[in-house]
Amino acid sequence: MVDISPDAIVFLKWGPVTLNATIVFTWLVMALMVFAAWLVTRRLSVEPPLSRSQNLLETIVDYMRSQIREITEDDPDIYLPFSGTLFLFIAVSNLLSIVPGYYPPTGSLYTTAALAICVFFAVPIYGIAKMGPVAYLKRYMQPTVFMLPFHIIGELSRTLALAVRLFGNIMSGTMIVAMLLSVIPFLLPIVMQVLGLLIGLIQAYIFAVLATVYIASATRVHQIKPQELI
Amino acid sequence: MNSIEIIAAVSIFTSGLTIAIGSIGPAIGEAWALARALGAIAQQPDEANTITRTLFVGLAMVESTAIYCFVISIILIFANPFWNHVVAGG
Repeated sequence: MVDISPDAIVFLKWGPVTLNATIVFTWLVMALMVFAAWLVTRRLSVEPPLSRSQNLLETIVDYMRSQIREITEDDPDIYLPFSGTLFLFIAVSNLLSIVPGYYPPTGSLYTTAALAICVFFAVPIYGIAKMGPVAYLKRYMQPTVFMLPFHIIGELSRTLALAVRLFGNIMSGTMIVAMLLSVIPFLLPIVMQVLGLLIGLIQAYIFAVLATVYIASATRVHQIKPQELI
Repeated sequence: MNSIEIIAAVSIFTSGLTIAIGSIGPAIGEAWALARALGAIAQQPDEANTITRTLFVGLAMVESTAIYCFVISIILIFANPFWNHVVAGG
């Protein structure tokens, strides 16, 4: 019997509080990322002999900034904290799946649903901060007021799609390897695991890009050309 | 056949059918999108970055329908709610 998600692995049960593998590995990923960031930013330098780790971190941040600038055609600094954090967390938690004994926390529907709900609430927060509440809410009634239910259904369904897409991809990768290990335990699981690494990175990229696209579409100010007013 | 056997047989059959039918559409759609994107890159190699990024995002959107089918077929096999209901009740 193959476990469908890391939620089934319970380390500690104390009353209503259950400490399962999803929470433990999420904390592990968070601690790892904070520790790595602290280790690199401890001694930064602006002089040419940069340390290798600082070079790596600067490359990642610079690449994320250029990607966000291309997608939103806007200043990337307001989107970078949210989208960049999403990308780094999902990428690290997916890429660590080659470590034996580690279950990616993104293979649990609860984790991906939490991330998707973060995006769901980030969209109106960014939109209202940029355009003000009235102009933001008026977007839901464009072009007519009859489009209001469809806009709301669209917001909900794309949140569901974000969560299920990430969960399905990561869970299927873990599951295929586990099934192949019991059928053909030689060489083929390794190939599938390499494919799983690629899929994990692509899914992290897609999640971050979609979050950025959703936020950018909410903050984009609809510019009325002078000739349209007449 | 009692009810447990009927549920088991129907669940296995339906999960196979779900993933079989559900993977046809996205496969055709993704192949089509990939072919068009390759044609576009061949015509405009300078725009390869934009085309590739849009292609990846679009492929993920198309693929999500296949992923929904996969999730449903996995649920039918490994976490079937009707199976659990009958086993718990009878």
